[in-house]
Amino acid sequence: MARFLARRLVYYVALVFIATSLTYFLASATLNPRSVYADRNPRPSSEIVDAKLSSIGVNDKDPLGERYVHWLGGAVTGDLGQTIQDKPVAAEFGPRLGVSLRLLLVGSILGIVLAVVVGTWNAIRQYAFSDRVSSVLSFVLISTPVFLTAVLLKIGATKLNDVLGYQLITFTGEATPNLTGGLATIAWDRIAHLLLPTISIGVGLIAVYSRYQRATMLDVLQADYIRTARAKGLRRRPAIFKHGLRTALIPMTTLFAFAFLGVLTGATFTEKIFAWNGLGAWFIDAVQANDINVVVTYTLYSAVVVLLAGFVSDVLNAVLDPRVRAQK
Amino acid sequence: MTRFTPDLLEGPSDAVVPESREEVAATSPNRLVLTFRRLFANRGATVGLVTIVLLFVFAFVGPLVSPYAYNYIDYTALSSPPSGAHWFGTNNIGQDVFAQTARGLQKSLLIGLLVALFSTVIAGMLGAMAGYFGGWIDRAVMVFVDLLLVLPSFLIIAILSPRLKQYGWLILVALLALFGWMITARVVRSLTLSIKEREFIRAARYMGIGHFTIIVRHILPNVASFLVIDATIAIGAAVLTESGLSYFGFGVQPPDVSLGTLIAQNQSAATTKPWLFFFAAGALIVFALASNLLGDGLRDALDPTSTAGRTGRRRRTRGRTAESRGGAAPLGRTGGVSEAASPAPGADVGSPAPTRTNDEKGERA
Repeated sequence: MARFLARRLVYYVALVFIATSLTYFLASATLNPRSVYADRNPRPSSEIVDAKLSSIGVNDKDPLGERYVHWLGGAVTGDLGQTIQDKPVAAEFGPRLGVSLRLLLVGSILGIVLAVVVGTWNAIRQYAFSDRVSSVLSFVLISTPVFLTAVLLKIGATKLNDVLGYQLITFTGEATPNLTGGLATIAWDRIAHLLLPTISIGVGLIAVYSRYQRATMLDVLQADYIRTARAKGLRRRPAIFKHGLRTALIPMTTLFAFAFLGVLTGATFTEKIFAWNGLGAWFIDAVQANDINVVVTYTLYSAVVVLLAGFVSDVLNAVLDPRVRAQK
Repeated sequence: MTRFTPDLLEGPSDAVVPESREEVAATSPNRLVLTFRRLFANRGATVGLVTIVLLFVFAFVGPLVSPYAYNYIDYTALSSPPSGAHWFGTNNIGQDVFAQTARGLQKSLLIGLLVALFSTVIAGMLGAMAGYFGGWIDRAVMVFVDLLLVLPSFLIIAILSPRLKQYGWLILVALLALFGWMITARVVRSLTLSIKEREFIRAARYMGIGHFTIIVRHILPNVASFLVIDATIAIGAAVLTESGLSYFGFGVQPPDVSLGTLIAQNQSAATTKPWLFFFAAGALIVFALASNLLGDGLRDALDPTSTAGRTGRRRRTRGRTAESRGGAAPLGRTGGVSEAASPAPGADVGSPAPTRTNDEKGERA
């Protein structure tokens, strides 16, 4: 099994490398960092602009291959280059990573766990009232893109706050600026800010993956080995949870990797709409600001995170499924 | 619906391909009738189909009956609520919201349809080739699939967008199709892997039929039902992706409008002037919902193991065992739900049918 996982890891590293390099060339071809400096008022001389762009490593007059090799050399040693404003990318990356991961991890783990719970519950009680209601609900939620969910949540919270006359739900930014108080106050403030963004990311996940969980669970419940377990005298509950749920989760592990990819894209919207200074929002701003190094850094981060999720799902798959473990 | 030829509906992946044209002629009308009967027996699918038709009428007939063009500015009515003169009201510079919504929906629907069509064609061809030929073609396609999953289409299109602004919305269609076929291709590939072992493929080979003819004439018709379902759901997904990109200004460019640009432009007015926001938002959700419902209904109707419609009774009146088959459909052969599901640009995050996962693991590594 270790060999299997090691081989996957090598493949993943190769994919990250290709994806990041492709983005580098793509971004260099489409973004125009020159406009950031050349259009300033008073207009700087072209020598000054060239020197500035070259020092950042995004001068379109330098050969692309040279710029790429220089960037790659830095990236391998952890130097992600300079932003278009000539500040180190890495310095801003750290804090933003914390913000993004808080949102992503809480949202996706909560979403996936609830999806499994809801899906299993609905499968066990197929066609019960709760099953029908969640089926309709998930269809509606599946059809609502993240940006709309986020905007609707924001509207709802605004209305609620208006009706109540005070700020019950806070939804701008990831923390109240200049908040003073003890650890408990700060922790509570963070949690309050996390509420709506997490919901906007999580509900989509629950809607989609509870449908899958329900379907795999229904397949499993019809399986012979569940009948055998029941026939040998096992009660319904242990038969379903010990024998059924575990098997039903195996195909789900693969889906979870994909789920995370969706969450990552969704998070760009959530971060922008709720004014979180995370990496997703940074990426959107960087595209609009012609900031090549930041765009590439985001791709690197997104590829690594997706593949880590893939790796975790490989491991989970191997843990749940002995056939995978037995593979050479 | 009328655009489906009987031929396309003929071969669900598990059905045996008829040997002669006479047989096709003899069986397909029944199959078509059966498919339609099943489809209309499914309440969700019927509602979905009717809703899609109504939205198309709104999008394409609406601008004709509306007294205002979408970009006409009525200085006498700024930010007016819905009224007899402006059915959906006007925005703060006096543009008619009815005309704008119809125009935006029209653009979104066109993009959705074209993207679904092209990406399904690409997915069908590449998936079938990967599965049929195996070897280096298979490996190349699969690496490409993995790569595009790591590098989501949302990122690529966002990065390309500064250069796309001058080319208009057709280039957006091309890009969305070019980066939207991976998940479908993986499913087609795994379906092809089992189909190519079947006798009729070997027979065709021994008769000296070329590889590409076999793919087009014998393999693709056998995955057609999956492709039809997938394309239906892909329309909704493409509309969501497009609106997501347009929301950030990476998609459809002003002065043209799509549902995404309308939502982005009017979201701040949602509490004070709800008519500006909720018509566009509603159209988006309703269309995506309808396309999901129709796709889901088609899956039941085209499923050869389904017994729905054969006796004219509703599935729900049947026994538990028969039901659960239909109920399990979201995953079953096709697993399309999440295609549609993926929140906006994540549309390329889809639905690998779980049955494939185990045998695929090893060989891809």
